[in-house]
Amino acid sequence: MSALTSSFAMTRRSLALHLALLAAGVAAPFVFPGHTIQIAIFWVFVLFALTWDIMGGQMGYNSLGNILFFGLGMYVCAVAQIAIVYDVAQYTAANGAVRVDFSPKEYFQGLALGIVLSALVPVLFAVVLSWVLFGLRGPYYAIGTLGVAIAAAELTNSWNYVGGGMGIAMPVFPGGPGMRERFFYAACMLATVLCYLFLRWLYSKRFSLAVNAIRDDEDKAEALGLHTSRYKMVAWAVSAFFLGIAGALFGNMTGFIEPMETAFPTLTFGIFMVAMTLLGGKGTLWGPIVGSTLFYALREVTWTYLLGWQYVALGVLIIINVVYFQQGIMGWLRQRRPQWFASRAETPASKALETGGKA
Amino acid sequence: MWDSLQILAVAAPVFNVQLLLNGITVGAIFGLVAYGLALVWGVTSVKNLSQGDLVMMGGYLAYEFAKHGLHPILALLPVSLLMFGFGWLLYRLIIRRVIQLDLFTSLLATFGLAITIQQLLNIAFGPDVRTVRSGFGNFELFDGMVEITQIKLIAFGLCVLLAIAMVLFLKKSRMGQAIRATAQDPRAARVVGVNTDTVYAMTFSINAAICGAAGVLIAMIWVIQPFYGIAYSVRAFVIVTAAGLGNLPGVIVTALGLGVIEQYSGFVLGAQFQQATIVGLLLAILIWRQLALLRHRKALQ
Repeated sequence: MSALTSSFAMTRRSLALHLALLAAGVAAPFVFPGHTIQIAIFWVFVLFALTWDIMGGQMGYNSLGNILFFGLGMYVCAVAQIAIVYDVAQYTAANGAVRVDFSPKEYFQGLALGIVLSALVPVLFAVVLSWVLFGLRGPYYAIGTLGVAIAAAELTNSWNYVGGGMGIAMPVFPGGPGMRERFFYAACMLATVLCYLFLRWLYSKRFSLAVNAIRDDEDKAEALGLHTSRYKMVAWAVSAFFLGIAGALFGNMTGFIEPMETAFPTLTFGIFMVAMTLLGGKGTLWGPIVGSTLFYALREVTWTYLLGWQYVALGVLIIINVVYFQQGIMGWLRQRRPQWFASRAETPASKALETGGKA
Repeated sequence: MWDSLQILAVAAPVFNVQLLLNGITVGAIFGLVAYGLALVWGVTSVKNLSQGDLVMMGGYLAYEFAKHGLHPILALLPVSLLMFGFGWLLYRLIIRRVIQLDLFTSLLATFGLAITIQQLLNIAFGPDVRTVRSGFGNFELFDGMVEITQIKLIAFGLCVLLAIAMVLFLKKSRMGQAIRATAQDPRAARVVGVNTDTVYAMTFSINAAICGAAGVLIAMIWVIQPFYGIAYSVRAFVIVTAAGLGNLPGVIVTALGLGVIEQYSGFVLGAQFQQATIVGLLLAILIWRQLALLRHRKALQ
């Protein structure tokens, strides 16, 4: 399975579909004003699946610990936001009792700084960790990343400077009622759309061929002169970049962050990423999006009607998905309706080959 | 931290004996779990991430038997049998279908299994930490400076017995020979008439039984909780990764070492760093191997 997309040149039908989805996204908080946060979380889920697929789908490196970057971004942003007006240790030690009045200017300056840092610090971590973890292949890599994410959660949990297990009460959004939800909804949606556009562009480049070659046979790819470790590092750094930003936005949106359930939830968000991508079909650009949409709908239904059993349902869903429905929705469609993929399947590989990646 | 180091080095060196004893008894159980993992890994190439949850399940079965008046040591046999049956069921439903698929699939399928088991345990028994009373006393050494519960020593002995039984089974019995043949070359084993499907099922079920037995021991000397399983899975992976597959002495030494290191880090750094220590250890091993690989590559160039 190669990347589905070519460059930004798209057919009229595809353009219409994109615009319609964009319009639906913009309209959603006005149509369902009571569910703005939930729909914003949906956008974050799409971003989760998209970023997981860079590694897991396109490159064949299945990380179980990508949630590390999400939590890292969340904490980096929180610390940056607080640090520009107050002493972080005092703020966290007071455990929400200190109410610092952030003026709108301070708040947005802090948020902007926090988001920039929350993108850069995870990238730095990804670069350093990739040196350690990319010596591992297959299941060893999955276990290694899982271990790192669990360790990060535990270390944050016992690090008092950032509030330890008590967490951090985030600075209060300065706008009026309802503004906070809309602001972060727009930010989450923007982040996800940018991530999608960036990946669409990236997958139309040589990068896509390179990471697919790594997935298909890493040793042969390396023997052909591909700098595999460089590509692996870049792929992970891209995931880390967007996940960090998502973490920063998510932390501010929920208003309270703590390590186990919000920042480094290995067993919920961390595994959701994988489940969503597999459900939609990995190794495709639209698979993660379709998968996360369906997964989100399923999650809402089970969380509402199967309360208490929702995680059992999640586990069973993963098992059924993996054991009986491996190819995912996009893979299934490709088998059933190959003609839908015909025009697109040719473009990325052949084009990039002809022009040496300058397409 | 310095206080605890000072206690170990100067004030009460005898305390080292305590940590060593605790570490070795706990490490023996880790070794048992890791051995089961290595067995399944080697024979079926399935990496079972639900290992720790099978352990917890065994513990809860013992807890349930104890509620009905059966002593946990006597519960070892029925729990193992039940877990054996459960393993067989899992094999038929899930494992069998992921053996031929790629490696990550088995990992993820067993991860889904892990989530399902821990959540079902949570629903059935609640999130409280439990233990099963065995009713044995303590041994005191060095005038009461060092204290060890008798049950820990008994558990250690049972671990050793189980390990010996497993080795004998694999060496001597017809099934054991078939399992080893399949691990070496499944196709050749089929050619000479081994039913590899049955061998896979046996291997996975035996592993489930071993995990169940380990769970009973852990419930007696330690505590069980629905969500503690993942910690045992990670430990088992650390041990197998460090020791290598099919290296039984290596698994034993690494497991005992891990148990001791955990006790020391728990005492010196604080209990909240125990998991982080394990992962740190895993990373250290990986970096060390990475460096070895780099040297190797340099030599090749």
